[in-house]
Amino acid sequence: MNIEEIKELRLRANEIRRLSIDMIYGAQSGHPGGSLSAADILITLYFKIMKVDPANPQWPDRDRFVLSKGHASAAYYAVLALKGYFPMDELKNFRKINSMLQGHPTIHVPGVDMTTGSLGQGFSTSLGMALAGKIDGKDYHVYTLVGDGEMDEGIVWEAAINAVHNKLDNLIMIVDRNMYQLDGNTEKILSLGEVSKKLEAFGWEVREIDGHSITEIYISIMESMQRNGKPKAIVARTVKGKGVSYMQNTHEFHGKPPNKEQYEKAIKELEEEKNRIMSE
Amino acid sequence: MEKESQREAYGVTLQEIGKNDRIVVLDADLSSSTHTYMFSKLYPERFFNMGIQEQNEMGVAAGLARSGKIVYASTFAVFATGRAYDVIRQSIAYTNLNVKIVATHGGLTVGEDGATHQALEDIGIMSGLPNMRVIVPGDAPETKRVIREIMDIEGPFYVRLSREKVPSLLKEFGFELGKAIVMKEGSDLTIISTGITLSMAMEASSKLKDMGIDSSVIHMPSIKPIDRDIIIKYSRLTGKIITIEEHSIYNGLGSRVSEIVAEDGSARVRRIGVNDTFGESGPGWELLKKYGISSDHIIEESLKLIKR
Repeated sequence: MNIEEIKELRLRANEIRRLSIDMIYGAQSGHPGGSLSAADILITLYFKIMKVDPANPQWPDRDRFVLSKGHASAAYYAVLALKGYFPMDELKNFRKINSMLQGHPTIHVPGVDMTTGSLGQGFSTSLGMALAGKIDGKDYHVYTLVGDGEMDEGIVWEAAINAVHNKLDNLIMIVDRNMYQLDGNTEKILSLGEVSKKLEAFGWEVREIDGHSITEIYISIMESMQRNGKPKAIVARTVKGKGVSYMQNTHEFHGKPPNKEQYEKAIKELEEEKNRIMSE
Repeated sequence: MEKESQREAYGVTLQEIGKNDRIVVLDADLSSSTHTYMFSKLYPERFFNMGIQEQNEMGVAAGLARSGKIVYASTFAVFATGRAYDVIRQSIAYTNLNVKIVATHGGLTVGEDGATHQALEDIGIMSGLPNMRVIVPGDAPETKRVIREIMDIEGPFYVRLSREKVPSLLKEFGFELGKAIVMKEGSDLTIISTGITLSMAMEASSKLKDMGIDSSVIHMPSIKPIDRDIIIKYSRLTGKIITIEEHSIYNGLGSRVSEIVAEDGSARVRRIGVNDTFGESGPGWELLKKYGISSDHIIEESLKLIKR
């Protein structure tokens, strides 16, 4: 990846953040914090890594992606629209009545590989997709983005044991380690401790990265593609609410939309960030 | 009457249909009880023992189905519908994916393992889910037909099988989703049964005949979709209906029949089933008797209905 490419992806991630804020403000509902923390990961996956075809969303040989932390739907839908799965205009209908874009992702949306929202389940279903790939001798990879708060769920650890047992080396889990869940800091609500060590102990091949560095995201995923009998985890250290000062490192904007004044401030900050990237 | 095992019928049928390479079978460390092990002998590359992980079993089933597989996922009824409920709701029913949940050990006839293992509310739990179809086969031959048929019907199913061997009364019949089977025609009252209580309904009907009461017997394997037309037809014809099932009287066959008949206003209904209580340990068929599920209870309720 060259500097220009990285710059382009950073600009796209910035756009995803702005679109997410627009959508959540427009709906007066949604989850800004976890959408902003996941933007760089989602952009790198869809615009640099994954083999997909927006014109043929069900292409059998495509790479799969499951947004296990389904509440980051705003960022996810924005990425899918930007990628060309459906018109950008559709984003205005996010979370509104008669809309295709439900509060949490559903497979009725072109490009969405699995319905999610009830935490932990997306991760579990991603194992099924990886297993199907193995049975069919296909080359595709399955990516799943899991929230750190989500790791409170027992099914996550059921699946973590299972993926190792079934040698799902075509499965790459990315943990959005933003340190906050709805009620507060993850270490105060239910201390998760060192996610990497836990996953390693389960038999996963683990990498730890800065989840806002496009380069680190890209390199860690490329390194994780090796078919060596082990499922891969990338623990991405992220900032909840990344890119909007007052949303950063707090649980306050986990599931709350900004008001008008806050919205304008958010857009201004993201615009400034965009100009900064462009002038680099 | 010859008695056969529904579980074994399930295993045998999985072996037969297993040549369809879209089929994948999952179990949660109960394969020797559910008989999915029979599939694993012939098709080990498409059988996965998930360990004692019912939630993850259903999640993985959903992911496999989303990738084009026809998934048969098994465990005991109490765990399938209880422990894994939310996964079934979100990832299988809402998504309308091709997962056939075939649960064995439904109802009181689990026997000695006791109340912790006796699912008495599972039919209700699964029937409440949009997109989910609920089938309770009456014997082993019907189990074979059901397991085979649902392979070709896209979308999720819940099939409830029994632990005990049951009399094979349905050898000569077919299975059609949403259709009941009329076993006997009579004009005084109608007995509707689902699952393994069919032999009780048949026995009661014979004894009632000796007492001069002419009863119809209907076997209702398909709880959802249910055969509304036949319920209304016999409700109007006989004006009196007894339902019997190895399940709570709430949210199962009795409830569904009552709802339909109440809307039609055509009959009086009495439900036989477990009366809002948990079960206990003991031999399966004795437990049924103790909890009021037997041919004698059908006769008792019939006489009350006739006298009124």
